Order: sequence, then C-alpha cells, then structure tokens
Amino acid sequence: MFSSFMVNAWIVGTIVAVVAGAVGFFVVTRGSAFAAHALPNGSFAGAAGAVLIGISTLIGLVVCSLLGALGIALLGRRGRPDVATALVLVMMLALGSLFLSLSSQYAPAVYSLLFGEILGIGSNELAPTAALAAASVLGLAILYRPLMLSSVLSEVAQARGIRDFPIELGFLVVVALTAAMTIPVVGTLLVFTLMIGAPAAARSVTDTPGRAMTLSVAIAVGTVWAAIALSYDTNYPVGFFVGMISAACYLLGRLVASLRRRPARTATNVPAAVVRT
Amino acid sequence: MTVIHHLFEPGFFASGPVHTALLVSAVAALVAGPLGVFTVLRGQSFAGEALGDIGTTGGSGAYLVGVGPLWGFLVINVAAVTLMELIGVQRHRGRDLATGIVLGAGLGLAALFLYLAATHQSTTGAAVTVLFGSLFSVAGSTSPLAIAIAAVVLVLLAIVGRPLLLASANPELAAARGIPVRLVGYVYLLALSLAVALCALTIGSILSTALLIGPAASSLRICRRPVWAAAAAAGLGIAAAWLGILLAYDSYAWPPHHQGWPVSFFVVALVLVIYLGCGVARQLSGSAR
Repeated sequence: MFSSFMVNAWIVGTIVAVVAGAVGFFVVTRGSAFAAHALPNGSFAGAAGAVLIGISTLIGLVVCSLLGALGIALLGRRGRPDVATALVLVMMLALGSLFLSLSSQYAPAVYSLLFGEILGIGSNELAPTAALAAASVLGLAILYRPLMLSSVLSEVAQARGIRDFPIELGFLVVVALTAAMTIPVVGTLLVFTLMIGAPAAARSVTDTPGRAMTLSVAIAVGTVWAAIALSYDTNYPVGFFVGMISAACYLLGRLVASLRRRPARTATNVPAAVVRT
Repeated sequence: MTVIHHLFEPGFFASGPVHTALLVSAVAALVAGPLGVFTVLRGQSFAGEALGDIGTTGGSGAYLVGVGPLWGFLVINVAAVTLMELIGVQRHRGRDLATGIVLGAGLGLAALFLYLAATHQSTTGAAVTVLFGSLFSVAGSTSPLAIAIAAVVLVLLAIVGRPLLLASANPELAAARGIPVRLVGYVYLLALSLAVALCALTIGSILSTALLIGPAASSLRICRRPVWAAAAAAGLGIAAAWLGILLAYDSYAWPPHHQGWPVSFFVVALVLVIYLGCGVARQLSGSAR
C-alpha cells in the first residue's frame, strides 16, 4: 500500500484534502455549494479546448475555471446567484461538448476527468498540483478576515464597508484554482464531495469558525486516506468511497448534533435559532 | 426561395430524427418552463441541475441491471428528492447543502456503477452517451412515454400551483393560512424529479438544466405575473430549442469541416442570449417609465 507508485497518491490526496477542507468551510458557510459544483464540472471545457488547440490541459483548466468564476460573479451581481451559476455552468458544459465534437479524440478521457485517477498520478504532476494548492491557500489567507466576516456576519461586514462583490469574486477565484488543481488528479467528483461533506459534518458539530475549519480539514484528510486505502484493497474507484464516507460523516455529524442539542434545549429552554447563530 | 434554402438546409422538414427532436424538445420545454418559474422563485436551481447529474447514476445503474434507462432515472431521482427533503431542503439556507450532500453521494455511486459497467462490458462510450445525450439520437418510440410523463408533471403542477406559489414567495404567510408548506414543497420536488428525468434522458442533462432555468429566469425578468411568466418561459424555451435544432442541422453545411456542431451548444447559447436580452429589456423599460 505504501509502495513507490502509491506514495504520489498519498501525497496528492493529502494536499487536495487539506485545501478542499479549508476552502470547503467557506463554501458551506456562504451557501456556495452550487458554485463549488459548477466550477469543477464546467472547467472540463477548458481541458477539451486545450486539447483542441494543442496546449497543456492544466492551463486550459485554470483559464476556463477562472473565466467561470468571473462569469458567475458578474452575472450574479444583477439577478439571482443560483440562476447565474446554472447559466454559466450550462454554457461551459455546452462549449465543452462543442470542443469535444470538434476535436473528436478526447472522449475516453472524459471519464477520468470526472472521476479522477488518483492511483495513477505521475511524479511530474506533483509540482503543478503543489503550486496551485499554494496559490489557493495563499488566496484564502489574504481573504481570510473579510471573507470570514462576510460569510458569518454579512450585516456587520456591510456596516464596516466591506463590499460584497470583490469578496465574492476573490472567493470564487480561490474555488476555481482549487478546482483546476484537483481535476486532473482526483476528478471533479472528488473535489466537490470533499468541499461539501467534510465541512458540513464539521459545522454540524461545532459552531466556532476556527475549530470548524480545523475539524473540516481533519475530516477531509481522514476521508481521503480511508478512501485510498479501501480503493487499494478492493479495486473499486476512489470517488465511490469518498462519496460514501463523506455522506456518512455528515449523517454522523447531524446525529451527534441532535443528540447533544436535545438535553441542552430542555435544560435552558433557549430557542434553537438563538443557539445556532 | 434562395433565402429559404439558406435558412433551412435541404431535408430539414423531411428528416425523421428532426421531427422527433422538434417534438421531444417542445414537450421538454413546455414542462420545464412553468416548473422552472417555481424553481427560480424558490432558489432551487442547484436541485434542478443536481437531479440531472444524479439521474446519470440511475441511468448507469439501470444499464448494469438491464432495465430501461428511464426507470433508472425515475427511481434514483425520486429517491434523491426524498433524501433531500429528509435532510432539510425546506429550510432556505439548508437547501443548497442538502442538495450537495445527496449529489456527492449520488456521484459516488455513479463512479462505482460506471466502473462496474466498464469492467464487465468494456464500454467507455457508455459514460459519455449518458452524460451528453443528443437530441438527434432520441428514438422515436420514446415520444409517447415522454408525453405521458410531461402530462403527469403538468397535472401535479396545476394541483399545487397556487399554494406552491404562496409557499415559495412567503412561507410564513402560507403556513398561517393553513397551507401544508412542507408537503407542497415535496410535491414540487417530485414534479421536478420527474421532469428532470424526462428532460435529461431525452435532451441530455446539459439542456435539461438550460431549459429549466434559462427561459424561466428570462421570463421572470420581463413578466410581473407568475402565470404570464410560466407561459412566456414555455414559449421562450420552445423557441430556443427549435432555433437551436435548426442551426445544428444547418451547421452540417458549414465550412470548414462539414461535420455539424452539437445541438446543446446552440440551444444553450440562445438561452443565454435570451436571458441577457431580457435583462436589457427590463432596464430599458425601467428607464423609460
């Protein structure tokens, strides 16, 4: 399980889990799950386009996911954010299918883009992944304070003069970089699931932002490690285990939260709404 | 005459696949338009898009078991909306999250099913066909079933339409008037799951989302009354779908390769143009007043 070709899988899996767990905390807190689904899913168009014009797939993914982030932020300014996300996503997917039909040599790779090939990562993919991960984490660190404020207490953030649009755009750019970095190695499925399942589980257990973020990273890393080990043993795809373990973590978190909340509510008689905020 | 020849490439009106595509896409747009108005009003675009993707799981599962893909789509979608409802879609903030959790689990299963299908039958093409269904490859025999499902969805929508509208706009007021908000919301989700199964299977999951959200969001920008918006959404959807089919058919004659561009690309591009155009129209009428 720790032979030389598996080492890359462990390293990349851990990097991806740490970034996805941290970014995912904000995804869940801000209610941006749709954008976190749309950006990784849609940016396959970039990969297809890159093949068509003969440049590196990674560059195509980065460019396309950044354009997607810009599109969602701009369209979302006037109109409903979920509508903007849906329209940008279908436009990206439609462009992707156009590129696929024009190049007509890329179809088999769609499967690996969607579901990832973490067990087949070459050493030459480590450096770009690590670089993009560093960029995501750096972006998150720069945005951290205003982002936390606008995610957790949006009224206070507005009162302090923090404008929504730059924060939202910056955040979507971080999600886009995370997506571009993870798609070639683990697929769009795995990154989306990690960005939702682990932080949602963490948030249902604790309300303190810092603690929830740490817990989210820990759950994400645990999920990926367990999934790689199980996939190695059983030969079933990693994405399947990540999906199932994430959902199980979330259900467990909800269960713990409901068990803990019930005696607390009867003891102090505080309305649940007050406790949750 | 030459102008018409340039607009409609020869054979457009005689082609069997074109007839089926026109009929099926019109049925899909007719259902997706009114349903989309509620979807946009309730802010549940993500659920609409997620059901299309989760349907893939059902499609590949049905392929493994050996039953028709439509049954797989229907069963998995009904199961998915029930799970979303149980997790807590009715709370506005929780909707997005519940959808995400169910989508993640569903895609995990899809990975397993596609893996099993690929190892047992070695069909790498299966995944692609399920994901990017093409209008021109719809079998003519699916039309009656598609129309039947569409009728069921429209009847469901007609029954819950008025209370659903109130429950979507103002849940507290609706609850105070004695409307079972949660039940109405669940019936809406059931209608959505049927409609998305129908659309995803016949026109592909990309076009399913495009026709569900695009025309409805456009019509809500220019219509004040929901009934008008529903009618306009159906009309805009059909217009986009038919014009897209025409352009895709014509594109086989376009230089340089004469190989034809995908229908979904044209329809989605038209939907986006309509949405942006309706935004401009609203601004113009707003400044004129």
